[in-house]
Amino acid sequence: MGILEVKDVGKRFGGLQALGDVNLSIKENTVHAIIGPNGAGKSTLLNCLVGKLIPDTGSVMFDGQSVLGRTPYEINQMGISRVFQTPEIFTELSVLENMMIPCFAKRDGSFRMHAFENMLNEKEIVERAEAMLEEMNMADKRDMHAGAMSRGDKRRLEIGMCLAQEPRLLLLDEPTAGMARADTNNTIDLLKQISDERDITIAIIEHDMHVVFSLAQRITVLAQGTPLVEDNPENIKGHPKVREAYLGESA
Amino acid sequence: MLGLNKKDTSLMILVAVLALCAPFILNPFPEGSAMAQFNAGYPDLMQRFVIFGIFAIGFNILFGLTGYLSFGHAAFLGVGSYSVVWMYKLLNYNILPGLVLSVLTAGLFALLIGYVSLRRSGIYFSILTLAFAQMSFNLAYSVLTPITNGETGLQVYTNDAQIFLGDGPTSPHLFGIVMNKSADLNIGAWEFTFNNGYYFCAIVMLVMFYLSIRIFRSPFGMMLRAIKSNQTRLNYTGLNPRPYALAAFVISGMYAGLAGGLMASMDPLAGAERMQWTASGEVVLMTILGGTGTLIGPVLGAGFIKYFENIFSKINDTILHQWFAFLPDGLENFMVFIVHPFIGKGWHLTLGILFMLVVIFLPGGLVEGGQRLKRAFGGKDAGKDKPDASTEPAE
Repeated sequence: MGILEVKDVGKRFGGLQALGDVNLSIKENTVHAIIGPNGAGKSTLLNCLVGKLIPDTGSVMFDGQSVLGRTPYEINQMGISRVFQTPEIFTELSVLENMMIPCFAKRDGSFRMHAFENMLNEKEIVERAEAMLEEMNMADKRDMHAGAMSRGDKRRLEIGMCLAQEPRLLLLDEPTAGMARADTNNTIDLLKQISDERDITIAIIEHDMHVVFSLAQRITVLAQGTPLVEDNPENIKGHPKVREAYLGESA
Repeated sequence: MLGLNKKDTSLMILVAVLALCAPFILNPFPEGSAMAQFNAGYPDLMQRFVIFGIFAIGFNILFGLTGYLSFGHAAFLGVGSYSVVWMYKLLNYNILPGLVLSVLTAGLFALLIGYVSLRRSGIYFSILTLAFAQMSFNLAYSVLTPITNGETGLQVYTNDAQIFLGDGPTSPHLFGIVMNKSADLNIGAWEFTFNNGYYFCAIVMLVMFYLSIRIFRSPFGMMLRAIKSNQTRLNYTGLNPRPYALAAFVISGMYAGLAGGLMASMDPLAGAERMQWTASGEVVLMTILGGTGTLIGPVLGAGFIKYFENIFSKINDTILHQWFAFLPDGLENFMVFIVHPFIGKGWHLTLGILFMLVVIFLPGGLVEGGQRLKRAFGGKDAGKDKPDASTEPAE
């Protein structure tokens, strides 16, 4: 039994079958990559896992509980955090405040009416947030306006915000899209470090094969809404079906 | 002090000094001089400054922090006024029960309207709140006449119950302190008026201002700013934006209810026109003009607009002729002709032009103007002193 079990999931948009009978099992404490050509349904699948979309058929179980019909914040509180293709952070807030919000979410749940409590009394939260910034090597950017940072730093902050909640499953949607090579390598190192040091499962959707083969222990190839093969990286590299899906039949 | 950091404490003290010394500050010109018409230190106008200040402070908690633009806050203002007048009619002229009731009923209304309206965001939210406010206005104007006294407006009649009236004051009072009583102080040619009602409103405003600073600086305030910044991230961080936004909506509705209640505490009347959409629009203008999302901006905006409304609308052609009397006749008439549309009933035109200028050249409102002045005149870290004055354009 994996920590995430996707069974027979199908999703149709009008006449387009975006996903058809997807079965996927992600084992605990592994890095699992989902790859596939454009339009393969990778993002649709991800959106079905986090509650943004509700699949037409099938089931998605996280740690023995169904996530279907739950809202994104409920699913997050269950222990699934998501990193977006373009970093989603609170651009108008400071870096420290960005990091404090997930700390509050972890401690207080999805809503708490703390309108007259004083931020000066929240030392524990501030310390946690600062420690997390330290871990992300961002302590020097503590008081910066988050929106003013570089793309790579925004991504780093977003990953840090997800980790501050101590999720059991971290989903990453093309985390290195649009990044310079140096930033990409930094992100790879960071993710490696996270998966080595933490008790965490990582599922990653990626186009960049360099990233995929540097990180993944298990790879699922998706094409036209169905999983083509699932195997370890060595076997995927030379797999004829994968080459066909990526390069067309003549290749 | 009182759980505020140093900067907020000095801001609080500044506002307190301004509010308590307003009768002096707003009356700089001696009685009988040509400039005396620009004096704003009379009770009626000063009361309006602080009451609309409260209204705008509350509105800013919703609009400034969460970014949800409500076009229906006048409904809560009206509800507050009706509550107070009903308490006069049933109990006596003590304003306290009425004010408590006005905050509670406005909060209840805000809960209902907010619960429905917050299902949508952006322009749809604005339209929903506008629709609710117009509905309330029309109900108050016609269908609910037994409660609101329709177009006549709600007022106290001699045959009303007033069960606790006894031989107490027959105008609004707080445990015997009559609101419309004033003390005058004459120093040379100057006359200063200290009005009980004004000081009561000013103290309420200071308490409300303090609460708003606390909300701005609380974890809750940070969540509200996070709603404005990125709702997607908030959702995927395990936080439900809806109850946060609803709480902000209810709090700002209660502020509006209190402001409406204070209006009826100064003048024991309540009319449906208080709920009209123009009143809702006015508070939006006040907040934007002063500086959205800043602490002091809404108070400045409220004062600015109320000053223009009262002072500019009083200038008439006779006064203009006096001003331009030094010019040759033809030129005098020409100048009066040019300026005429901007004064008297035309003060809206002046306000509109000023509003456009502020929005175009000072997107952060009057607060940004103040910051620029401070920077220009040499404060070395002047730009840093209001970190949450959202003057920088979002990316």
